[in-house]
Amino acid sequence: MFPALKQRVGDVLLPGDEFSSEDDDTISLTDHVKPEKVVCGPGLRRSGDRLVVCKSGVLRHKQPNMFWMESQQRRYVPAKGETIIGIVTVKSGDIFKVDCGGSEQASLSYLAFEGATKRNRPNVQVGDLVFAQFIIANKDMEPELVCMDSSGRANGMGVFGGGGLLFSVSLGLVRRLLSPHSEVLSDLQQLFPCELVVGMNGRLWVKSSRVQQTLVIANLLQSCDTMTAQQRRELFRRVAQGAL
Amino acid sequence: MEVCGSSGVSLREFGCEQSLLSRPDGSASFTQGDTSVLAGVYGPAEVKVSKEIYDRATLEVLIQPKVGLPSVRERSQEQCVRETCEASLLLSLHPRSSLTLVLQLIHDDGSVSFSKTLCAVKFVVNPLLMFLVECSSLAVPQLLSCFLNAACMALMDAGLPMSCLFCGVTCAIDTDGQIITDPSAAQEKESRALMTFAIDSKERKVMMSSTKGSFSVHELQLCIAVSQKASEKIFQFYRDSVQRRYSKTL
Repeated sequence: MFPALKQRVGDVLLPGDEFSSEDDDTISLTDHVKPEKVVCGPGLRRSGDRLVVCKSGVLRHKQPNMFWMESQQRRYVPAKGETIIGIVTVKSGDIFKVDCGGSEQASLSYLAFEGATKRNRPNVQVGDLVFAQFIIANKDMEPELVCMDSSGRANGMGVFGGGGLLFSVSLGLVRRLLSPHSEVLSDLQQLFPCELVVGMNGRLWVKSSRVQQTLVIANLLQSCDTMTAQQRRELFRRVAQGAL
Repeated sequence: MEVCGSSGVSLREFGCEQSLLSRPDGSASFTQGDTSVLAGVYGPAEVKVSKEIYDRATLEVLIQPKVGLPSVRERSQEQCVRETCEASLLLSLHPRSSLTLVLQLIHDDGSVSFSKTLCAVKFVVNPLLMFLVECSSLAVPQLLSCFLNAACMALMDAGLPMSCLFCGVTCAIDTDGQIITDPSAAQEKESRALMTFAIDSKERKVMMSSTKGSFSVHELQLCIAVSQKASEKIFQFYRDSVQRRYSKTL
């Protein structure tokens, strides 16, 4: 199965396409045969002894044995460990309900902030923006968020948001912004100095020294979604020259 | 549109476009000949407690006709589309969520409006007759296959997990006993039986069938075989259009 998968890396696959291990059933009798292990990421499912594609997209590969389907999507599904921008909707007793863009609202305990104790409650109001990460996110349970890492430090997470602009983009653009050596981010850094918070649920928050610059950056990022690399560089160049 | 002999099925031209609407999570437009349908998918989103199912997602299909409000005809088409989608989506991956599929008929080639004008004339004479006329054209088969194709492309565009793809194929048996795939409105009127099948992409099995008219068992099996052959073209078209979409280097 591993060679069959390797062969199709970079191909566009549709739901229903299968990879089975029946094709390469020749095992050498003389060499030492190691059982091959394949790690399936999003978009690939195991059904019996076959690997089935369940989302349309491009098959990607990372050494040594990780495969996943890269697809363009707009709706976020909570996953453990991802950092997101949430909006606090309800403050009831000991927990806050946060809208994270998924099918259910996530819960955030008031003790899940750095330096929070029962006496020293964090200052969170309804409507605030929080940058948090999921510690529980599966299809059977209500998702739970925390604003600190495993050692108890905030690490950039918590309440934020005075004076900036929150807007939505597709999940693909967010992943491109967060990838190492991101081209979009490096192009953006050459424009105006700004503060940018990237949530993996497709939400971006941007703040610049002037409102006009904030709006320009927000519009640029929203239009980056549908442009090719060339068109994007052209647009950024025009903005840098002050045409817009 | 073409009469098919022993080999070679031919379908009218079709075209499709994905991600054309900005608000829904997935959208697609599918055009087959003169019929054009726009589909939008929302989900997985919050669901009302009265409608939630504990172990799988709740799928709701809404079909909007070109003019007027949805009626009984649209309800029966919605049921056909919903059952096909539920069979191919992996609903158990999103329990207690809702998936909404909205299908809007943009343009059809006249087979629907014919029955509606007939109703308008007869209403003055005899309201009971109008009800009978409406019932007889309950599920227009050729529209149903276009709805199915648009639904499949929209579900793929939204990134919902699916176990297989599906497509809709319409067949007509005319008075001579010849089988015609993808009939036009004129051919539909002269036929003695009309059938729509939803075919899945893995084993080319029939997922849903909606038939009107009289035919023998042998003719039914012939129509299924012809539809399975026609579905190959449609699945190849799906593949080509998705490849074109992902080929744009971002």
